[in-house]
Formats: sequence, C-alpha cells, structure tokens
Amino acid sequence: MSVVEIQGVSKEFKGGTVALQDIDLQIEQGEFVSLIGPSGCGKSTLLRVIGDLIEPSRGAVTVNGKSARQARQDHDYGIVFQDAVLYNWRTVAKNVALPLELAGWSRERRQARVEEMLDLVELRGFADHHPWQLSGGMQQRVSIARALSFDPALLLMDEPFGALDEMTRERMNAELLRIWEASKSTVVFVTHSIAEAVFLSTRIVVMSVRPGRISKVIPVDLAQPRGTATREEPRFFELATEVREALHLGGHVEVPA
Amino acid sequence: MASVAVERPAERGVGVKRVGSRGVLLLVVLGVLWGVWEGFRAIGIHYGLTRPFTVDATSMPHIHDMFKALFERPNAEGPLLIVTLLEAAAFTAKEAALGFAMGSVGGFAIGALLAHSRMLQRGFLPYVVASQTVPILAIAPMVVIWFTNPNSTFHVTAWVAVAILASYLTFFPVAIATLRGLQATDHRAVELMRSYAANRWTVLWKLRFPTALPYLFSALKISATASIVGAIIGESPTSIAGGLGGAILNFAQFYSFQPQNLWATNIVAAALGIAFFLVVVGAERLVLRHAPENVA
Repeated sequence: MSVVEIQGVSKEFKGGTVALQDIDLQIEQGEFVSLIGPSGCGKSTLLRVIGDLIEPSRGAVTVNGKSARQARQDHDYGIVFQDAVLYNWRTVAKNVALPLELAGWSRERRQARVEEMLDLVELRGFADHHPWQLSGGMQQRVSIARALSFDPALLLMDEPFGALDEMTRERMNAELLRIWEASKSTVVFVTHSIAEAVFLSTRIVVMSVRPGRISKVIPVDLAQPRGTATREEPRFFELATEVREALHLGGHVEVPA
Repeated sequence: MASVAVERPAERGVGVKRVGSRGVLLLVVLGVLWGVWEGFRAIGIHYGLTRPFTVDATSMPHIHDMFKALFERPNAEGPLLIVTLLEAAAFTAKEAALGFAMGSVGGFAIGALLAHSRMLQRGFLPYVVASQTVPILAIAPMVVIWFTNPNSTFHVTAWVAVAILASYLTFFPVAIATLRGLQATDHRAVELMRSYAANRWTVLWKLRFPTALPYLFSALKISATASIVGAIIGESPTSIAGGLGGAILNFAQFYSFQPQNLWATNIVAAALGIAFFLVVVGAERLVLRHAPENVA
C-alpha cells in the first residue's frame, strides 16, 4: 500500500487560477520525495492537498489507504513550514509536546517522548528555553521534533530550510537525512533548491508552472547514507543537471538557482 | 552544534540601575512641571495676564499649598483632609475595581463572541461602538432605576450601581482588543492546528487566547484608569457622597474659598488611577514574562 496516492488531482482557486492540473503521484513507504519547481507551480498547494489543508477541486488523495481528511483526523502526518511556527509563550519542550497534548497523551508519556525527540534533533538541554532564545536553525529543529513527536507515518515539509543561510541549510540537510533514517518515516519535501533536492531525495518530482503539472519524475540513485562527499560525486552533478534541464523544459519562467 | 548565545534583556544589576535612573527621570519631570506651573503663575500675576485665563491665587494655587492642604483640617473639628480623601479613595477604588472586573469579563465575552462569527461582528460591532457615544451621565438614571429599586427582585446597593456604570466605560477597550487579538493569529499557526485536527475550542485556548493576551493587557491598562473615571462620575447621579466623586463636588462648591482642596482631591484621584494602572502592568509582566517582546 502506498503511503500517498494522488489520482487526477486538480485545483482551481477562486478567480480561475489553475494551481494544479491532473496530478498523479504515488509515494511509497520510506521514500523521500522532493517537489521542485518555480514559484507558482503549485508545489506547496500539492503538499497542502496531501495534508487536507486545501481541498482539491477534482481528483482523489489517499494517505495510508484512507481519505486525506481521515488521515488528518488520525494524526497520520506531521508538518513543517518554512517558518518554524513555534508558539512563543511555550517552552521548547511544550512546543514539541503540543500535538501530544492535543492527542490526549498523559504527562509522563509526553515528557518521555519529548526527551526522546530533543535527543533526536540534538537539542537536549534546551527543553526549558523559549523559542526566541534559539537561532533559526535550532527553531526549525524544534519544529521537526514537534512534527515527528507523535510518530506519524508521513512527514510533510514546506521549504523548511528556505529561510536559513546556505551553511546552516547544508548542515540541516545532513541532519534531516539522519533523522529520516532513524525515524523510518516517509517524507514529502517542497524546495526551490536543486542541490537540496538531489542531496536529500530518493525521487524528485519536477513541476512546471501555469498550470501546475508534473513535468518529470527523476529517481535519485545516490548511495545511502549520504554525506558531504555526496555533494562532490560526479553523479550528484549529473542529477543536478538533469533536474535543471527538466525545470527549463517545464517552463518559460526563470529557473531557480 | 554550537549553542547560541541566550540573550537576556537585562541582568539583575542592570535592572536595578534602570529602575533607579527611571526614578531620577520621574523626579526631574515632576520638578520641571512644578517649575512651569509656578513660573507661569508668577509671570501671570506679575503682568496681570487675562489670557488664556485670569491668573491669580484662586485659578492657580501654589503646588505646595495643594500638598499642604492634605495635612490640614477643612473643618476645624473634622479630620485631616488626607484622611477624608483616602477614605473616599478606598470607597471609589472598591466601586472601580468591581466595575473593572465586570467590564473586563463582559468585554472579553463580547469580543470573543464577535470574533467567533463574522456575521455577529457585522451586526453588532456598530452598536458596541455607538454605546460609547452615549455619555455615562445619560445612562446613570436608568441604571439607578433598574437596579437599585428595593421593590425589584434583583436590586443592588448604590455603590454596585456605580460599579455597573464604571463597567460601561471599561468593557469597550477590552471588547475591541479581544476581537483584534483573537484574530491576530498567524495563519500558519492556525494551519498547524488544523493539521492536528484541533477543534475550535482547542484553537481558541491553545492558540488564539495566548496570542490575544498582549492586546488584552494594552486594553486592560486603558480600562483600569477608565474604571476610576467611571466610578467618580457615576457617584453623582447615584447620590453617593462618600467617594472621590462626592469630595470633588463638595470642594468644587467651595473652590473660590479653598481652591487647594479641590486640587488636592485631584492629586489623590490621579494617584488612585496610577495605582490601578500599575497593578495591571504588574500582572502583565507576570503573565507575559515568557514572551518579553510582547510586553509593550
């Protein structure tokens, strides 16, 4: 059974903008799939359709074999946005515990899990800090810990590192891969960055603009686990080139760096 | 990963120093105001100014006379003025505190209700706003007749009626701030809640209410002082003589003989307003201490 199954999904916004057109996509257990494309290609919309935060105009989405709505209600996915979206009045620990609180976990279970999660994102010792005391990269790791805290089968990420500087971003990429391997989750990852997509993904979905369509799907056969050396392999550059060309073919719009 | 420097807005020692320099600043400002008053008075009397008003010992008593009046007896056999005024202030504070509490709770309820539904907001917000154009003196007789008639099943003592009048001034800022604060949430924070399939109540208490708190406290600061004004004004139509409102009316009658007494009363009323304000500021510091950037 696929974790995500998207069949014939289209989305038109009020005013007639076609954000998505005839999207078909299957994502299997344990995959790391990146959605890449120029601004306005609907990649964030597609992510929100999977998460049942936006309703498609046509087509069907199933997550874990259920309707997207049911999956949302069953807490089947965690989501990470471009901004960490932490609640400033809560400590780091309480931010991570938020979804657990809403799911009715007991205090002891929550505490144990929060500790586990902070270990995973290497923020042990920051439990009692407040978000405004952390750097952008650390905040985003709190947000990842929060998204993974209830052990969702699926992790949706909407340009999570887009606001970070290049150095921090590369470090976060490596960390995310480590977390992905440790948590055995399935990831759908929206990005602007070709290098990021190639480095992280097992499969890259290239989208084009107006209307938002899938123009190419590129499997990434780089060996796991990946590290700094991966970025210097010839295969890395070949794949990056392939993605870049697909982006050029897909649209007459400026191509992101 | 290298830990990031944790920025504390102020170390303890620095904080004490800041409080100290604030105190000095306060004294300097008070001194300047004093000087401006006495200076204008001296010039006005010397040159016989009649604009913007006739300056003489009655229109502008010495400031030291105002403070001196506090420790004199307006009636030979009566208590010191300050004793009378502090008793009056305590009475007015009781009315204002109840009015503030009722107005804040009511204002919050109204704001939350209007935030809940756009239709309610469209329908009722204009009337909430319009309510503030009706002067408190115009509604006072109705409040008195409705709520203090001993023949009614539900009736209250006169000071509670004053509190009701004070609440009329305090609910408005709170209602507007609650409405705005509850709608000020970041749309992504709301999306996050949706991704957890959180219901309306959860979103309200875990997200919207904490977001609204800084707005709420700004309004409560306005309401705190407004509740004093409301209580003082409300005392005259309810015929309460024991509060600051009564004292003001009384000393206003004898202004031409003893102007300093009315001024002294005003000083006490202002001090009461400041005290109410500071209580709210203290509560704000306490409640919002974990989000210092939210404290105005």
